Amino acid sequence: MATAAPALALDDITCRFAARDGGGAYTAVANATLRVGVGEFVSVVGPTGCGKSTLLNVAAGLLEPSSGAVAVFGEPLRASSGVNRRAGYMFQADALMPWRTGLDNVVAGLEFRGVPRSKAAAEGEEWLRRVGLAGFGDRYPHQMSGGMRKRLALAQTLILSPDILLMDEPFSALDVQTRQLMENELLALWAEDKKSVLFITHDLEEAIALSDRVVVLSAGPGTRPIGDFRIDLPRPRDVSEIRMTPAFLALHKEIWAAMKEEVLKAYQRQKAA
Amino acid sequence: MKLRVLQFAVLAVLILLWHVFTKPGLLPNFYFEADNRAAFFFGEPAKVFWVIIDWFTSFEIFQHLGVTLLETVLGFVIGAVAGLAVGLWLALSDTASAVTEPYIKGLNSMPRVVLAPIFAVWFGLGIWSKVALGVTLVFFVVFFNVYQGVREVSPTLLANARMLGASRGQLLRSIYLPSAMSWVFASLHNAVGLAFVGAVVGEYLGSSQGVGYLILQAEGTFDINTVFAGIIVLTGFALVLDALVTLVEQRLMTWQPRASETEKV
Repeated sequence: MATAAPALALDDITCRFAARDGGGAYTAVANATLRVGVGEFVSVVGPTGCGKSTLLNVAAGLLEPSSGAVAVFGEPLRASSGVNRRAGYMFQADALMPWRTGLDNVVAGLEFRGVPRSKAAAEGEEWLRRVGLAGFGDRYPHQMSGGMRKRLALAQTLILSPDILLMDEPFSALDVQTRQLMENELLALWAEDKKSVLFITHDLEEAIALSDRVVVLSAGPGTRPIGDFRIDLPRPRDVSEIRMTPAFLALHKEIWAAMKEEVLKAYQRQKAA
Repeated sequence: MKLRVLQFAVLAVLILLWHVFTKPGLLPNFYFEADNRAAFFFGEPAKVFWVIIDWFTSFEIFQHLGVTLLETVLGFVIGAVAGLAVGLWLALSDTASAVTEPYIKGLNSMPRVVLAPIFAVWFGLGIWSKVALGVTLVFFVVFFNVYQGVREVSPTLLANARMLGASRGQLLRSIYLPSAMSWVFASLHNAVGLAFVGAVVGEYLGSSQGVGYLILQAEGTFDINTVFAGIIVLTGFALVLDALVTLVEQRLMTWQPRASETEKV
């Protein structure tokens, strides 16, 4: 990366949550430092419940960290003065407005920015076509399948052309086939204009198949990155085919070795609780 | 269709029973000592029917019905809008809701019908004292539903709208209001009924026109047939109002999933 400032820089982030039921405060994330370069696709993997989403919410400006600093293209981000305006966020849970049709959901962001209705609708139709939902614009979310809703959410986020894309296990609720289709679509859309992506997942295979770099988080509480692996697989990739290549398997083996202990730790802790 | 037939059959049987038990001289006395006593207490369906026909053919009822419906609609609209506004405000402002909570609870648990005489003093015997009573009844039903609706907005939906760049006003219009509306519509059937109660009870306590006034007049002369006629006319129009709410609901809530919805190819 030639440019000085990374797209997203989380510096020494600590997030403590006040205890709810009389116990001590819970430290979800401790002293985490993470960087996403301009145009870089970074995946963050870690055991369940380790505070991956917390980290993403900090990057989005939805959550103020207890300590540490966030910088977006070199400019400091403060959650108290608004969300990260240069980022788009794709949530794990369904975040579409059930009372809006597909098209109205896609153009919501343009509408909030005051784009005239006719121009927004034209752009919305174009995005529906790009995510393979042409002709479904007048359907309500409840009339769509899980995969269609995810594609709709993707269009809703990408229509604003954010410089940074934050994704929180966006495809975890999908079946394996739909998921691989969506991953390929995401890669194709990303290849068009190389956004900076921070992709959260608990699925190591998904992380390797998609990313330039994979960051492994430790088990919670007090999550922080413990491993950083460069993925130098050739692009363009096909996620279902690349899984069979020896290079992929070698990387998988290497990263899994780093991750395994943390996954077991998280599992033991959950069993004890 | 078959259901409709059965529904009307139930009505026919009820009216027939009413007729048989109240018609003087039709059945031997088994409870009252005199023949016409049952008719005195319960009225006679045939006579009730003719009272209603007479009301509508002489156009006498329309003025009264118009007043009652006007009071109902005004009470309903004012109460619902106020409930919506205050519900949104309190749900979005933690301080305001914490401060006003005991007062809201108190006002809600108060039997508000006792306010009717006070409203009569404040607003006179015209329509506004009845509207005021309807408003106090409707307000709380709508208020609590809006409050609940806003409080239970999905945090993901809110975060998503914020990330898409929604301002506070846009969040209100695009997320809070539509989310609260599904709760509001659940309460509107109830609210229409209460607005009607407010209007009729208000008229009953003091008025110079309205269906409640007609009923009060008839009771003064022990004209039980007219009382029943008034009740039946009121019931009929309550059903019409309820159907109107259902119609509006269906128009506005098309986005809601219905059970096992399939499309014709």
